[in-house]
Amino acid sequence: MTTVEFEPWDDPQEKPLIHFQNVTKKFGEFTAIDNLTIDIYEREFYALLGPSGCGKTTLMRMLAGFETPTTGKILLAGQDIAPVPPNKRATNMMFQSYALFPHLSIWENIAFGLKREGMAKPDINNRVDEMLRLTRLEQFARRKPHQISGGQRQRVALARSLAKAPKLLLLDEPLGALDKKLRQETQFELMDIQEKTGTTFVIVTHDQEEAMTVASRVAVMDHGKIIQVATPDRIYETPNSVYVADFIGDVNIIEGTTSAAGEDSYSIDWADGLAPLKATSSVSFSDGQKCHLAIRPEKVAISTDKPEGAANTVQGRVLDIAYLGNISTYHVELPSGEVIKAQAANTRRISRRSYTWEDTVWLSWTATAGVLLAS
Amino acid sequence: MNKTSWFNVVSLTLGFAFLYIPMIILIIFSFNESKLVTVWAGFSTKWYGELLHNEAFLNAAWVTIKVAVFSSTIATVLGTMAAYVLVRGGRFMGRTLFSGMIYAPLVMPEVITGLSLLLLFIGIGLDRGVLTIVLAHSTFSMCYVSVVVSSRLVTFDRSLEEAALDLGCSAAQAFRLVTLPIIAPAVISGWLLAFTLSLDDLVIASFTTGPSATTLPIRIFSAVRLGVSPEINALSTIMIAIVTFGVITASLITKHQMVRQKREEQEAVRS
Amino acid sequence: MRRFFLIAPPFAWLLLLFLVPFVIVVKISLSDAALAIPPYVPKFSWAEGIGTYFSQLDFENFTFLTEDDLYWKAYLSSLKIATVSTILTLLVGYPMAYGMARASSEWRPTLMMLVILPFWTSFLIRVYAWMGILSNEGFLNQFLLWTGIIDTPLIILNTNTAVYIGIVYTYLPFMILPIYSALERLDGSLIEAAEDLGCSRLTAFWLVTIPLSKTGIIAGCFLVFIPTLGEFVIPSLLGGSNSLMIGKVLWEEFFSNRDWPVASAVAVILLLILIIPIVLFQRNQQKQQEAEQ
Repeated sequence: MTTVEFEPWDDPQEKPLIHFQNVTKKFGEFTAIDNLTIDIYEREFYALLGPSGCGKTTLMRMLAGFETPTTGKILLAGQDIAPVPPNKRATNMMFQSYALFPHLSIWENIAFGLKREGMAKPDINNRVDEMLRLTRLEQFARRKPHQISGGQRQRVALARSLAKAPKLLLLDEPLGALDKKLRQETQFELMDIQEKTGTTFVIVTHDQEEAMTVASRVAVMDHGKIIQVATPDRIYETPNSVYVADFIGDVNIIEGTTSAAGEDSYSIDWADGLAPLKATSSVSFSDGQKCHLAIRPEKVAISTDKPEGAANTVQGRVLDIAYLGNISTYHVELPSGEVIKAQAANTRRISRRSYTWEDTVWLSWTATAGVLLAS
Repeated sequence: MNKTSWFNVVSLTLGFAFLYIPMIILIIFSFNESKLVTVWAGFSTKWYGELLHNEAFLNAAWVTIKVAVFSSTIATVLGTMAAYVLVRGGRFMGRTLFSGMIYAPLVMPEVITGLSLLLLFIGIGLDRGVLTIVLAHSTFSMCYVSVVVSSRLVTFDRSLEEAALDLGCSAAQAFRLVTLPIIAPAVISGWLLAFTLSLDDLVIASFTTGPSATTLPIRIFSAVRLGVSPEINALSTIMIAIVTFGVITASLITKHQMVRQKREEQEAVRS
Repeated sequence: MRRFFLIAPPFAWLLLLFLVPFVIVVKISLSDAALAIPPYVPKFSWAEGIGTYFSQLDFENFTFLTEDDLYWKAYLSSLKIATVSTILTLLVGYPMAYGMARASSEWRPTLMMLVILPFWTSFLIRVYAWMGILSNEGFLNQFLLWTGIIDTPLIILNTNTAVYIGIVYTYLPFMILPIYSALERLDGSLIEAAEDLGCSRLTAFWLVTIPLSKTGIIAGCFLVFIPTLGEFVIPSLLGGSNSLMIGKVLWEEFFSNRDWPVASAVAVILLLILIIPIVLFQRNQQKQQEAEQ
């Protein structure tokens, strides 16, 4: 990869394309969006990730113009878009159900928005052809939506919403209706199209893998609030809270109390009769403060003999093994009753594995493997 | 599920025999030579010929069709609007009253509807005739249309309308270009239902008509009160034939469309 | 503003042609009959004022209805006929709906069409068809005499039996369709589960199928009962002078006796009787809609 790092959010000179300023949205008594402020930059692929009912869809519908904020402002390229109705906005949306017009052909579906714009006939023809090429749908132009497959419908919906060359494309669970294999292929296709067209994409999803794959930045939401906005690797490696650590991927959360042990280094008391754990953190903790240590299972090593020189070692008994083909996850019960998960790649054949159920094993990890989080 | 038990076969056979034998007898005896409708005296189509020369019946048929076309068209427009308001209108003042007025006429005894409308027409000094029957029929038919259309609208994917707005339509354009074409089958069956209801109606028409306008059901009723006649049998046969033809054609068309759509969907999955 | 133009036309139409007429019926039911055109007093005039107008209204017609036993007999007999024929229709309709729901999927659309076809055919013609069958020289009597079951013709036309037959016949589709739609949605594995848990076919039917088709049964019963109560065509063609039903009484009061105030009072009371089943019906429909969501 020789591309320049794309990180407009770190550049103070860069103006955001979209700016949510203290936006609150209430439906009666229910607060869907709670005093939320975010920036989305041009050419970004921005993912809104969260469980259902966290407000991500409401956020997107406010961008499309189907909902208006109760308080606060939404700026698109510096303009307040609250008074602009959906049909006058420079945004387009790809619906979860695709919302393809069943009575119109694929060609007419894609041309629908262009016709409303009053674009000249030859220009419409060119633009629709361009979209059909982009989404590889040329031979389906005359078909009706029910005459094509689910994956093709998804591409029609994308082509239709991209046809008007919106400043901002909103995608509401765009791949939710596809089966897993097709979904993974389509994710790369989406990224490809986003790069080719240079459009800003905002995607709503509850599938963390999907968000991590496609997005330049992921915003994790819960109860109408943004919990963390960061690049996928940072979300995974340095979550800012137990919620984010737990929501994204698999994790071990160990509760304890901190005491300082040198610069940015802490020792954590966590279980009676066991040695304190060592961890580093750039966030400072006071002595005796409650904390959570979050460690990804793949960062925990498993071995039959006690490893030399590891910062943290604990002994336990194999309780369960989840065999996933390429890797296995071991659930190891410590004498204190806590269960810690460790992952190991299955580089050997299954018959040659050195530990199995009920075996006593050693787990180890480095001081930098975990993330120390305040409660 | 598909086990064919004797009980089901027998109950269906008897049930449909009960439903159809009276009509079959009626049709057979419309071709009877004799004036006595219960004694068979040979095949003849003379009653159909007499029917064609019966001015009173022909006039009544013409009035009935006029009334049915006008009232079902008015009912379809108003009923579709009402359905849209009920399903999409959200809250507004008098919503409960509105939905009550939509559903009440469906279960109202015809004698009450007829009586009340007649009293209204007299109260405002409107001359009774074709116009008043059209008004009366439009009123109760629009409620049926509204029920048919709103049951379609309820299952209508709302994001289709939102997609239209998102792609630059005004609300009116979204309705015309997206909603209406998709709900069109329901609107058409609403119209057909209104049309048939108007053709059929005796009680309300009897109340709201004047001396100038006699509809076919009124004419048939006054003839039938005097007893069974082969001419009425002939007329009934014609009406049954038209309805049967219409219903069978409609169901064949729907079946054909469904089969085609299913096949195309399967092909789409395979490709 | 656009919404207003959408709501206003159907709303105004129904107000003017549905609600206002009812108010008029209620008003006239409180007036007195008179030999005039229109044949009732008082007539409202602004000059005399509202107070005088109201002071002339009274419940005389309603008292009259309670005094003359023709009316309450007619109400009772209507209720009886409606109840009995609803039960009869259910007994005929349920097995048919059940048979349809159990039929193979190739047959179902055809059976459905066979039920709907009479529904689109003229009501009047369908009632008329029975006149030739039930009369003394009719086909039924001819058939029964021919088989030797009876020696003298049965008198059926112009009795309540004929009215029952007519009602069951004409309202049968209204009973079958809601029950069929409830039974068709019924998951077949529920019956299998019941049999797996030890039910016989009959107890499984009684404990699972019937309760799960309850909303369909209730809807069908109301769809037959409510319109039957005010039925006019069937009693006047098949019941003759022997059958007493309130719809017929109202018709005769209005057209033959020209007593508008009494006809209006009859209508008001019929409506009051109908309010209970109509409200129950609406609640049943609402429950069903909620269950489907």
